[in-house]
Amino acid sequence: MTAKISLAGVTKRFGAKTVLAGVDLDIAPGESMVIIGGSGTGKSVTMKCILGLLRPDHGIIRVDGADVTHLKGRALAAHQARFGMLFQGGALFESLSVWRNVSFALPGAAAERRAAAIDNLARVGLGSDVADLRPSELSGGMQKRVALARAIAARPEILFFDEPTTGLDPIMADVINVLIRTLVTDMKITALTITHDMASVRKIADRVAMLYEGRIIWSGAEAAIDTAGNPYVDQFVHGRADGPIRMQVRRL
Amino acid sequence: MSASPASPGIVATLAHALIALGGVVIGLFGSVGRLAGFAATVLARLFRPPFYPAQLAEQMLVIGWFSLPVVGLTAIFTGSALAQQIYIGGSRFNAASTVPAVTVIGIVRELGPVLGGLMVAGRVASAMAAEIGTMRVTEQIDALTTLRTDPYRYLVLPRVIAAVLVMPLLVLVSNALGVMGGWLLATFRLDFNSAAYLNTTAQYLKVDDVVSSMVKAGVFGFFIALMGCYHGYHSSGGAAGVGRATTNAVVSAFILILLSNLIITVIVFGS
Ligand SMILES: Nc1ncnc2c1ncn2[C@@H]1O[C@H](COP(=O)(O)OP(=O)(O)O)[C@@H](O)[C@H]1O
Ligand SMILES: [Mg+2]
Repeated sequence: MTAKISLAGVTKRFGAKTVLAGVDLDIAPGESMVIIGGSGTGKSVTMKCILGLLRPDHGIIRVDGADVTHLKGRALAAHQARFGMLFQGGALFESLSVWRNVSFALPGAAAERRAAAIDNLARVGLGSDVADLRPSELSGGMQKRVALARAIAARPEILFFDEPTTGLDPIMADVINVLIRTLVTDMKITALTITHDMASVRKIADRVAMLYEGRIIWSGAEAAIDTAGNPYVDQFVHGRADGPIRMQVRRL
Repeated sequence: MSASPASPGIVATLAHALIALGGVVIGLFGSVGRLAGFAATVLARLFRPPFYPAQLAEQMLVIGWFSLPVVGLTAIFTGSALAQQIYIGGSRFNAASTVPAVTVIGIVRELGPVLGGLMVAGRVASAMAAEIGTMRVTEQIDALTTLRTDPYRYLVLPRVIAAVLVMPLLVLVSNALGVMGGWLLATFRLDFNSAAYLNTTAQYLKVDDVVSSMVKAGVFGFFIALMGCYHGYHSSGGAAGVGRATTNAVVSAFILILLSNLIITVIVFGS
């Protein structure tokens, strides 16, 4: 079976700094893949390369078997239209009301779009009473949910979630995790989530991959994560300061 | 004894200075290239849909209407001060009667468009850089792309078009208020006859001057919006980066306004 998304030898540098040093990753259709890894290891950069927001230096990215690494113009726009993305900070448009945010990518008359926005808000557990508010009038958790509603509004084939629970309290984080899992299962969507929250991993993931020093150093089923036998994965899963992963903290 | 050890030092210093200068020049050309690429990307979308008329209308309001008070006040004060100085200077050559003619030429040809351009640059280029820069660092521009919207069409083009359309009108008003400032001062303080002053003004005001004034304004509007959008679009590094983008937008818009003004003045009036 062809992978829905496949990365082969993807590298990306910013100036002298190599962020991705050859990422290989396959995501099957309908699968929920979670990438774990420390802050600044290039998880968001990986996502942006797949989305065509950043251009990799080397390597090939395929979606449904077709090379999408060097798309331009209309082909790139068509490629990007297949994805829904929940950005790390939500990235809601401050100057637009909630319903205009949610229905941003939808065609049609205002009344239709407003109705569609309210449908999608209901999917993430928000009532029509928030539709006319500004994003800045909402709590962090509600903003995340609005951003989620916006990401699914155009019924994309593939959903990306960049740290969906970062900055939320544990209960709201669980609400978001459950929502994501339900959306992915119900809508039969291929999903890629980035997180360093192990509770998220256990709720959302079918499969897990760990990014470390620019490479995927381990991947496997979610159930296998505790018996991975990989010291890096072990250290991350248990959140220990001691282990092979050295934080770049200057010694005094 | 004292000169010979000093000269290698001077040579080294000069060499360092040249290398530093070279770096600046190369950096400048690099950014000129990037800027030209940005402008080309924007202009290539000028005639191809989708268009965003609501964005255009909003920007015309923001750039034109909300700039009126500050541009108008600048024009009135400057027109008055100019009339006063021409009167003082002219009196020394028994030529105080040149006040209306020189004022209208000075305002319409130079001060109206240049000061109007600088004031709008201070207001608008900075606001654009801050807004678009914030959208960049909070990933809203990336979000636009994933929501099937081209940020050049949605954010940049409406600002550029609005500025080019609105600036000539703004400068037209600014010119009128500048002349009015001169007329007010001349009639109330310098004892000019009101009707005679306005007559002389009308006599010396040429269509060419007004047209060149509006052309300058359009060019300035283009540079103001381009600088605001360019620096905002390429900002990085959080709030500090947005702050830098704002400053750079204003400074580079100022320089481009003054430089293009000089070039247009030399071309139109220099021959
Ligand atoms: N546009 C960019 N320009 C320069 N450096 C960048 C850019 N985007 C990301 N980086 C750098 O790449 C590294 C990885 O970033 P990122 O993928 O955002 O990390 P994370 O794994 O926390 O999501 C960081 O060190 C960041 O500074
Ligand atoms: Mg990240």
